[in-house]
Amino acid sequence: MMTTAQGIPLDYYIWLSTALFSIGVLGVLYRRNAIIIFMCIELMLNAVNLLLVAFSNYYNNASGQVFVFFIMAVAAAEVAVGLAILIMMYRNTKTTDINILNRLKW
Amino acid sequence: MVSTDILISLVPLLPLAGFLIVSLNVKKLSQGFTSVVACGVVLLSFIIAVYLFIQLLGKNEEERFFSVTVFNWIDAGGFSAKISFLVDPLSSLMLLIITGVGFLIHLYSIGYMHHDEGFNKFFSYLNLFVFFMLILVMGSNYLLMFVGWEGVGLCSYLLIGFWFKNRDYTNAANKAFIMNRIGDLGLILGVILIFVQFGSIQYQDVFTSATSMEVGAQSITLITILLFVGAMGKSAQIPLYTWLPDAMAGPTPVSALIHAATMVTAGIYMVARNNLLYSLSPVSMHLILVIGLATALFAATIALAQNDIKKVLAYSTVSQLGLMFVALGLGAYSSGIFHMTTHAFFKALMFLGAGSVIHGLQGEQDIRKMGGLKKYLPITYSTFLIGVLAISGIPPFAGFFSKDEILAHAFADSPVVWGIALLASLLTVFYMFRLLFLTFFGKTRASDEVIHHIHESPANMTIPLIVLAALSVAGGFIGVPEALHGSDWVGEFLRPVFAKSQPLLQTHHLEHSTEYALMGTVVGLTIVLIVVAYVIYVNKNIVPAEESAELSPVHKLIYKKYLIDELYNAIIVKPLYWISSVMESVVERSGIDRLVNLTGSAVVGGSKITRLLQTGNIGFYIFIMVISIIVLLASTMIIR
Repeated sequence: MMTTAQGIPLDYYIWLSTALFSIGVLGVLYRRNAIIIFMCIELMLNAVNLLLVAFSNYYNNASGQVFVFFIMAVAAAEVAVGLAILIMMYRNTKTTDINILNRLKW
Repeated sequence: MVSTDILISLVPLLPLAGFLIVSLNVKKLSQGFTSVVACGVVLLSFIIAVYLFIQLLGKNEEERFFSVTVFNWIDAGGFSAKISFLVDPLSSLMLLIITGVGFLIHLYSIGYMHHDEGFNKFFSYLNLFVFFMLILVMGSNYLLMFVGWEGVGLCSYLLIGFWFKNRDYTNAANKAFIMNRIGDLGLILGVILIFVQFGSIQYQDVFTSATSMEVGAQSITLITILLFVGAMGKSAQIPLYTWLPDAMAGPTPVSALIHAATMVTAGIYMVARNNLLYSLSPVSMHLILVIGLATALFAATIALAQNDIKKVLAYSTVSQLGLMFVALGLGAYSSGIFHMTTHAFFKALMFLGAGSVIHGLQGEQDIRKMGGLKKYLPITYSTFLIGVLAISGIPPFAGFFSKDEILAHAFADSPVVWGIALLASLLTVFYMFRLLFLTFFGKTRASDEVIHHIHESPANMTIPLIVLAALSVAGGFIGVPEALHGSDWVGEFLRPVFAKSQPLLQTHHLEHSTEYALMGTVVGLTIVLIVVAYVIYVNKNIVPAEESAELSPVHKLIYKKYLIDELYNAIIVKPLYWISSVMESVVERSGIDRLVNLTGSAVVGGSKITRLLQTGNIGFYIFIMVISIIVLLASTMIIR
């Protein structure tokens, strides 16, 4: 018997969020533009959110959805701080390339 | 009985209070106030001691003691130690000596230390000493005795090095302290063994369980020998005696109080207190006898050739302590204690007399620069003469009865022991009269400058001399032997302390006629020697040779104290320095130091390499982070 959530099989959710998460990870690893890295991080968070919501629905347990709200709140805060950093960075270096910021070392 | 308990606790607490009052205000107090406080507390202790003594006199033999438990000091597992005091005939007698003679010496010190800038400090040390000495003799367990034992050692150190600006004096203080430490190691090991063997350190428990032990048990022998090592250090017996003559660096009242009358007799007290244990071990008794005899003879010969008035008295003290150990080794405990009592009187008297001479001559201690002082210092002379007569054993002075008792016991044991003890006491007679004649008789050899300033000591110095002289005359009558129609009162008084060990000892009884013969021989020989000394040092007016003069080899050897100090220097001190320097250069510098430095440089080197990981490249960091997370996840899966 097929396990479903909202009429869609659970496997699909898992595959989709795995794909989203992997794209996020690879984006973070490969791209050099700070804004894109930032977006990739959001992608990973949302992949996790999707999975949580899917399983919450499947188990009829609301706590998964509560978690999602928390994650969204944290992500919003993170975006606010992160974008502020990015703006300051751009003002100082006229670029958003992370490889420019290589002076933070021993 | 409550009041008696409080009184007993007050005996040591009063000198402690005196010490605290004086030492906490050492810069502020006037000399007058310090004198009143310091002497007053000791006098009060003495009055209480007399009261307790009288109380004890009125009791039956079986219950002739007070014991007080003040509080529980340590209570851990099977080990418990109490702050508790025992006043039995033995400690009561000690109390009288410590507080009585102690008070007289405090009084004397007021005059003697009058010009010293450290007056207050001196009296605070003296009070502290009296406190610790009282703890030593009153404590009713081994731990409390040990506390007192260490405390008097500390005070001895402080007072020997009282004039600490003089390098030699501080060295003498160090020497005394270190030598005593060697003995104390033996004592503490003995106490630990007692706890292991008997499971208690309370005298009463130990002696009760010891009564059922058999004679010659190995553990008892070990315990008693270790305790005796402690006594060797404190009471200056061979081989740990060399600190006592050097201890004369301290002010003279200190020599009188600590190094003649009280502290050095702590060893005698300790052995007498443990008489039951010693009686159970014939081996230890023999050891004590041999060491005592050797010390008595050895120190007496050294005293023959010394020219420093205090050094002669110091060697005489060592020799007399040896004689007391002879008595203890023979099992004649009460004779040993009796001699200790009379010795406390006449030796303190002679030290104070010597102090009076030194005071009168502005610090001169060399008897070659004295002579003819009889007419300048009449009170000092007459009291010193009484002291010399007492130590020489001229009847009816105190020393006669106590020394005679020891010699009688020695003869009963074996004529050889008697012969050696007699020789030692005859040498004592000779060097004591040599000292007396060279100091007070003949023509004066002091410079005119000194003669001009010479003066008899003030009253607060001469009164103690007179009181001690009276005691040196009368003190012997507390122990007149049966042969002279006396009752040996002191022996009777002390009987309960030694009662348990009596069945273990073989006692020989001498015929009265033998005793008379012995007394006659001793007194006869003594008088002959006095005459010889008189002829040599007064009639022929022979003065000991100057430092530079050539001496005969034997004379030189004795004058140099058998080179024992040099021997110890060569076989112990020098090798110790050598080992220390090797330890410093090899173990310390190239061993420990190198290891510590290696740790430091390893951390620095390791950091130098690992810091290269921090490239500053954010992409690299993220990559490492992702890889690490994957590895962590993978490892948790594998482990599961």
